[in-house]
Amino acid sequence: MAKHHVTTTINGDPAEFLCETRQTLLDCLRDELGLTGSKEGCASGDCGACSVMLNGTLVCACLVLGVEAEGATIETIEGVAQGEALHPLQKHFLEEAALQCGVCTPGFIVAAKALLEHNPDPTETEARYWLAGNLCRCTGYDKIIKAVMNAAAEMRGA
Amino acid sequence: MAKVVLPLEVARAFADGVTDHDVEARDVRALVNALEARFPGIAERLSRGTAVAVDGEIYQDWFLEEVRPDSDVRFLPAIEGG
Amino acid sequence: MGNEEEIGKIIDYSGRDFRYIGTRTIRPDGVDKVTGRANFGADFTVNGMIHGRVVRSPHAHAKIKKINVDKALKLKGVKAVVTGADFPEIDINDKAVGEVVVSYYDMAHNVIARDRVYYDGHAVAAVAATTPEIAEQAARLIEVEYDVLKPVMTAAQAMKKNAPVLHKHIVTAGVEPKPEKPSNVASRTEFKLGDVAAAFADADVIVEKEFSTQTVHQGYIEPHACCASIGADGNTNIWCSSQGQFMVRAYTAKICGMETSKVKVIPAEIGGGFGGKTVIYLEPLAVMLAKKSGRPVKMVMTRDEVLRATGPTSGGTARARIGAKKDGTIVAGELELVYEAGAYPGSPVALGCMTGFAPYDIKNVSCVGWDVVVNRPKAAAYRAPGAPVAAFGVESTLDVLAEELGMCPLELRLKNAAVEGTQAPYGVKFNRIGYKETLEAAKAHPHWSAPLGPNQGRGIASGFWFNIGGTSSAEVMVNEDGTVIVATGNPDIGGSRASMALMAAEVLGIDVERIKPLVADTESVPFSMLTGGSRVTFATGKAVIEAAQDAVNDLKRRAAKIWDVDVDQVEWENGQAVCIESTQHKPLTIAQIAAKADKTGGAISGRANINATGAGPGFGTHICDVEVDPDTGYVTVLRYTAIQDVGKAIHPSYVEGQLQGGAVQGIGWALNEEYVYSDDGRLLNTGFLDYRMPVASDLPMIDTVLVEVPNPGHPYGVRGVGETPIVPPLAAVANAVSHAIGKRVTDLPLSPPRLLAVIDGK
Repeated sequence: MAKHHVTTTINGDPAEFLCETRQTLLDCLRDELGLTGSKEGCASGDCGACSVMLNGTLVCACLVLGVEAEGATIETIEGVAQGEALHPLQKHFLEEAALQCGVCTPGFIVAAKALLEHNPDPTETEARYWLAGNLCRCTGYDKIIKAVMNAAAEMRGA
Repeated sequence: MAKVVLPLEVARAFADGVTDHDVEARDVRALVNALEARFPGIAERLSRGTAVAVDGEIYQDWFLEEVRPDSDVRFLPAIEGG
Repeated sequence: MGNEEEIGKIIDYSGRDFRYIGTRTIRPDGVDKVTGRANFGADFTVNGMIHGRVVRSPHAHAKIKKINVDKALKLKGVKAVVTGADFPEIDINDKAVGEVVVSYYDMAHNVIARDRVYYDGHAVAAVAATTPEIAEQAARLIEVEYDVLKPVMTAAQAMKKNAPVLHKHIVTAGVEPKPEKPSNVASRTEFKLGDVAAAFADADVIVEKEFSTQTVHQGYIEPHACCASIGADGNTNIWCSSQGQFMVRAYTAKICGMETSKVKVIPAEIGGGFGGKTVIYLEPLAVMLAKKSGRPVKMVMTRDEVLRATGPTSGGTARARIGAKKDGTIVAGELELVYEAGAYPGSPVALGCMTGFAPYDIKNVSCVGWDVVVNRPKAAAYRAPGAPVAAFGVESTLDVLAEELGMCPLELRLKNAAVEGTQAPYGVKFNRIGYKETLEAAKAHPHWSAPLGPNQGRGIASGFWFNIGGTSSAEVMVNEDGTVIVATGNPDIGGSRASMALMAAEVLGIDVERIKPLVADTESVPFSMLTGGSRVTFATGKAVIEAAQDAVNDLKRRAAKIWDVDVDQVEWENGQAVCIESTQHKPLTIAQIAAKADKTGGAISGRANINATGAGPGFGTHICDVEVDPDTGYVTVLRYTAIQDVGKAIHPSYVEGQLQGGAVQGIGWALNEEYVYSDDGRLLNTGFLDYRMPVASDLPMIDTVLVEVPNPGHPYGVRGVGETPIVPPLAAVANAVSHAIGKRVTDLPLSPPRLLAVIDGK
């Protein structure tokens, strides 16, 4: 069966790929475009390791079909830093040891960035509930939440 | 004479259930050989998945650890981790 | 001193001011991990690679009558199929000698079934094809005929008189006289101190309780993944994430019948292990498929494969009996553990027996453990294997004892705390330990005296883990510009590279920024035992320290040549060679010495290959506050404090992280995690929705207190820290819940329906 030709925008750059109907956006990012920063932890939308932005909305790329990327704007972990300049979230994750194995980190960074774009001054509870879709097995979430709150404060100029 | 304590299962299988033994040896290998002379087959059993503690220090891969005349030598299960 | 630094000499560093140790540096692999650049197991591609998929048994217990692969092989794009028949026969008595007993026979059969399957998900065949889709299609075309057998799903079922026996060659070990009939009870282990019967007779108060726990999984977010490539000459490369590249090499070579030197394992970053990646599943399959197809083969597990077919830890029961005097002195302790090993023997029940009472000075102890096979996946290590369930039993029973005595549970523990010189249940006397200090820290902590409201309860519990040493190797290489590379053979699962750099920096006296720590492949660094047992910062750290000292000795010799003085005139201070006697010789930095390396004898480096001994045990005490909704049985963790004797925190942030992560795994184990099987042995909760691990909204901040009682067995006082944190939480949570509802809970997990049944008295 012929593959679909998808034209899209990823991290501000035009991109195109071929995919089968059944391939998810996550499969396409990783296997067709070589963007392996988004991870597969469950393929059922329960762990958030594949978090990306689709037309400004936070989604699990494993729950989106590759063909849905047609004409869409996608942002992945690879587009968060601007060249060598890390995003405040990335900086705080590093400084505050908010990662141990690091496999959930791309998903958390994308999800937290979406949180702060939506709500620049979240309470701890709001942050925890927003990030409840991102599983971490190493950290117990403590340092992740602290890093997010502190990054938020920095971004507000507080 | 070093005091040697065998694991219960090993003592029951090889030494009539007696766990405590006095052995003279200069290192753990010699000590195990001495035990083998008394209880044939025990050396192979102690070489499998068994650590040894000499005066409180645990050695997972025992071989030539020094045994002093007054040492306390205990065999115990090798410890893994996660 | 002007002489050669004494390598490996044990020095008491307590009270010493460190320059780099204890600082919170940015971890060297961090930038790659926050930008998505780091390569984990599934992130590798190799030119020409094809994709592998595994065919798994849908039955918990069955004979394999026939496997027909014809249809699969005919499918266009399929390049190879393997079954158990493609793998060499392993002698049934073949075990990894030394270390822990690992049955190669069991391991090989677990990787791919031969004539029988023993759990839902047991691999029976694997196929490789040009695309993942074709591989999946081909997997569905492989026809397996089973003769379904009755499964035994719990230890209780397995131990019944006429239960189906899984393995005809297993007779219960540790029982005299040796039984004749095969059994699902693989072994009995016993530890004894003193005279328990007499001691109980002498006790004023005796409490006894029975507890149960369920199968839980390590829950790492990264599924197992590997890529194997084999040349026509048999030289094999494997890229994979694991807790030990040398372990992967050894086990894969063994199972595939290859020479160790033919296999090279290149470690990827690892997305969580917790013990579950100290064994292999996919690598031998990928290698055989690569061999048969002549193409590199990539294999990645799906989440449901991870849960169905990779080692969870043992569920089991614990019966604890404790006898004490009226004044709270514990005179006798008895523990009986029954652990489910899964499909093959080897639950960590002996370790449970050894650790349960370890925090306490009890002269009369009896611990018996039973290792029972059941039709569940073969258990693999999970953070302090065996200890959490045993501690759940002991620490809960201590709570009951405290109530009986009218004593504060913390005071009860203080009164009986193990100290230096106390004999552990497994007979060894403790060296310098910090258990009492954790209790004192708990007592002084504001959490302990904070007020509680209605439906709220507080629990306290302690825990112990041995921590191990083991074989580690390190190479310290000085570059031409004076920067340094530190190569070791241990995968970094928690930030250990940062600690390696800090320890090398401390010895060399140079900035951490000038040190690059890396995890080398199996052909670039001498053998290292895997990452686990809380050993890397301790044992590999020791190797790094010794290798750095070796490098310092080399640097001093070069400086002596440059100055044309005797080497005993040279000291090493703050990263510089200093000549003691003459002021005409200005100090030389590493960079200056390195610039003249060629002239003074060649490249400069140091190395150390050690089998580290002197590991120090870790003790933890946790305080947990919960609120229970009496109408729904829902438990909210309000506050949690984890206190642990960590020896010396090389990088305090990552030590805190270990306490927090382990505590939360324990909270999940206590509150919600369990394997749910159908009656015929199919795993029902094969995804993260229903295998419910804690999420951010479930938890408060996890406060930590790092108590530093240096371990005299390490140059910087390091104790392993990673495993102890998962030992106290099961009882800390259960004790809190028991106090909140006014009834003792004994069965985990305390999920809402289960807890509601207890509350309602059902």
